[in-house]
Amino acid sequence: MIYLKLFWEFFNTGLFAVGGGMATLPFLYDIADRTAWFSRQQLADMIAVSESTPGPIGINMATYSGYLTAGIPGAAIATLGLITPSIIVILLIAAFLNAFNDNKFVKGGFYGLRPASCAMITAAGFVVAIVTFVNNNIHALSKFERIEWHALILAAVLLIFTNFVKPAKKFHPVFWIFFSAAVGVIFKF
Amino acid sequence: MKILFDLFFTFAKIGAVTFGGGYAMLPILQREIVENKKWGTEEELADYYAISQCTPGVIAVNVATFIGRKTAGNIGGVAATLGVVFPSVVIITLLAGVIQYYSSLEWVAHAFAGIRVCVCVLIFNAVIKLFAKAIIDKKTLAIYLTVLVSSFVFNVSPVVFVIAAGLAGILLKVYIK
Repeated sequence: MIYLKLFWEFFNTGLFAVGGGMATLPFLYDIADRTAWFSRQQLADMIAVSESTPGPIGINMATYSGYLTAGIPGAAIATLGLITPSIIVILLIAAFLNAFNDNKFVKGGFYGLRPASCAMITAAGFVVAIVTFVNNNIHALSKFERIEWHALILAAVLLIFTNFVKPAKKFHPVFWIFFSAAVGVIFKF
Repeated sequence: MKILFDLFFTFAKIGAVTFGGGYAMLPILQREIVENKKWGTEEELADYYAISQCTPGVIAVNVATFIGRKTAGNIGGVAATLGVVFPSVVIITLLAGVIQYYSSLEWVAHAFAGIRVCVCVLIFNAVIKLFAKAIIDKKTLAIYLTVLVSSFVFNVSPVVFVIAAGLAGILLKVYIK
């Protein structure tokens, strides 16, 4: 039963992904590897669409992957799966808010969880980077030709603009996504 | 019943106008929830954000559940949460169909190749921000590096890392000082 399996996978993601939308990424890669629902390449496109449409990124990605897996009902079921653990956990925490905040075990747990979450997102980023910057064409001849130089130059430009150039730093990610799409079309990436 | 509809539609509106997820939602929540609807105070919102960042799930959903529960009990929490995800489900479902249809076109493929570069940079920037908050001493740096290397070496579910890191955190913070 695909719907039940879909709900379960996203329930798992919602229960263990700590630190917001991007934290669901390592889980989605895990799902892509284990199932034939969607590919790693599709996931990279999904992130772009999720960033440039309204709504929380984690929800957008769940809806998108649910749709690819099982159409419109799949989109709704994946999203429900993702939010169910959140609702349960938050309703429980809200009932014991003060005790939760001051508990040393809770504090200790999060002390360890945050760097782990950051590391997993870093690893997911590497996977996107390999798909993007390494030419997997088997006919590529030299090492020099294995690297997508166009992409690397665009990445350098984006890094500089989004981190160091004053007015550009404040631009919304949507702007850079459309900018990159235009560059991709013009220079035939 | 009226309050449940109010929660659903208010959060649906918030979900429909926020680009970029949880953090981008804060200013809109401040305006709608604190100033217009008076369902909570600035301080409560800050607390909810802090907890949502370190509990499982999407931040926007967690904050919606908190405010909904405070306003109209557990069922209010569910109504607000369904509201905040509703626009996403509709918009993405419509777009996903269109994108699948067009993705065979050559120029669309070029566009997405360009976009993937941007996504790399966006993830990298998100990691930098998170890194500054999460890696605060040598122990957290050790956890970061261990998980990073392990996730390339071992082919295990991320769940394993989450549980192991949580236990390691308790061990390092509570028992070994």
